[in-house]
Amino acid sequence: MNQKLVISPSPHVHGGDSVPKNMYGVIIALLPALVASLWFFGIGALIITLTSIAACVFFEWLIQKYLLKTTPSVSDGSAAVTGLLLAFNLPTNIPLGLIIIGAAVAIGIGKLSFGGLGNNPFNPALVGRVFLLISFPVQMTSWPVPITSRLHYIDAETAATPLSVIKEGVSAGQTIPELMSEIPSYINMFIGNIGGSAGEMAGIALILGGIYLLWKKIITWHIPVSVIGSVIIFTGILHLIDPSTYADPLFHVLAGGVLLGAFFMATDYVTSPMSRQGMLLYGVGIGVITVLIRVFGSYPEGVSFAILIMNAFTPLIDRYMKPKRFGEKVKTVRAQTSK
Amino acid sequence: MNQWKNFTKGFFKDNPVFVMLLGMCPTLGVTSSAVNGLGMGLATTFVLVMSNIVVALVKNFIPEKVRIPSFIVIIASFVTIVEMVMQAYLPALFEALGLFIPLIVVNCLVLGRAEAFASKNTLGSSIVDGLGMGLGFSMALTMLGAVRELLGSGMIFGLTLYPEDYGMLIFVLAPGAFIALGYLTAFINRVRKA
Repeated sequence: MNQKLVISPSPHVHGGDSVPKNMYGVIIALLPALVASLWFFGIGALIITLTSIAACVFFEWLIQKYLLKTTPSVSDGSAAVTGLLLAFNLPTNIPLGLIIIGAAVAIGIGKLSFGGLGNNPFNPALVGRVFLLISFPVQMTSWPVPITSRLHYIDAETAATPLSVIKEGVSAGQTIPELMSEIPSYINMFIGNIGGSAGEMAGIALILGGIYLLWKKIITWHIPVSVIGSVIIFTGILHLIDPSTYADPLFHVLAGGVLLGAFFMATDYVTSPMSRQGMLLYGVGIGVITVLIRVFGSYPEGVSFAILIMNAFTPLIDRYMKPKRFGEKVKTVRAQTSK
Repeated sequence: MNQWKNFTKGFFKDNPVFVMLLGMCPTLGVTSSAVNGLGMGLATTFVLVMSNIVVALVKNFIPEKVRIPSFIVIIASFVTIVEMVMQAYLPALFEALGLFIPLIVVNCLVLGRAEAFASKNTLGSSIVDGLGMGLGFSMALTMLGAVRELLGSGMIFGLTLYPEDYGMLIFVLAPGAFIALGYLTAFINRVRKA
């Protein structure tokens, strides 16, 4: 450092924020959920997580290097995050071939077709998940039983998730209080001792990860709070109207992917609105569509569809809710009064 | 005009589906299998050639202001013929294509060729143009149908290549049509420009 005077264009002070830093922050925040997943689903969770991350990173490298002929940007960690989130959205007994197809779709169709990180309109991991869900409905909806199936992968014992128990029970004419005895207690749902996708069941771990993201300022509170809040309010209203056909709000928040979606999937920078009000509107949209699909739709779970649908509205929300530039309002008021 | 060039432009240079993106409704709607795509393509080819012939013959008698309704009436007559013939002799294909057969009337490709080509050119050129465009359309629909059938149910022209359980169901459904069309178009345009 013998150079005393540094001459450079602005900005001169840099916060040190970067894409890799945020991506690795998200991975750290997902670790508690990963630990919970390994504890409850054991070897299956390990296999699908490693396969999914490896496949996503590999496809990103392969497509960027040989098809697009650009410098691969694998080291920024975004492909690894996509892989981890994709694995968290899959049942832990899914065959390896399907994970690889899902990774190819997530990275190839969901991300790089649109121009790579920063240009993808839809969350890549969810594109991969929904592609698999529509293509392979049987394999994608057989959920291993936690703990007992820790040492099994493909041959794991399976059972219905709380959401599908409620869905099928209600359409068969049973009432919610009757069905509550068939599903795990709320304590088990909170710690993650229920069937479901690899990373969506452990509420406590996801909330811990979410708090870490908020503390590190990787996300703001707007999207998670509006998603969870609108799910609680909407299901609360339905529950008050008729408690025998509509489950209570706590159930809807703890079951399925609401927490994972609210903290980790909906908050993806690229596919969510930029302004604060825009984020609130986007979050409420996700919450309302999720409940509509769960309660009135044909699928038992709707978080991933809801997030993809609102991803499509993001450019529109961004246009509608542009942040006011400083001084813009004063100027227009002056222009009107001087006329 | 060079008739050979006039004929081949529909296959590659000005392909109605991959280059001009005309007739998207049947393209996305009926191509769940290669046979359906081929059937739809050939039905459209017949209508296209016949309507080009008639439009080229009567072009001097149609007043400028009512030319579009006149073209529609001409096209609709041939579509009715196709519909009745198909219902009588190919009932299975008729069932599979369903509503999309009467919709050939409003296929932009047929109206577009009548308006842009047949009403300005001689009878001979119009026949060649209709044949080239129609077969190019059939080729594109068959390709798209084959890709969707192969990925969606593991078959090509009904010939099983691998068990249906491994097929990706999404390619049989509407979203798969959009994905497959997008990538085929990208691929064809990449080859076309190379």
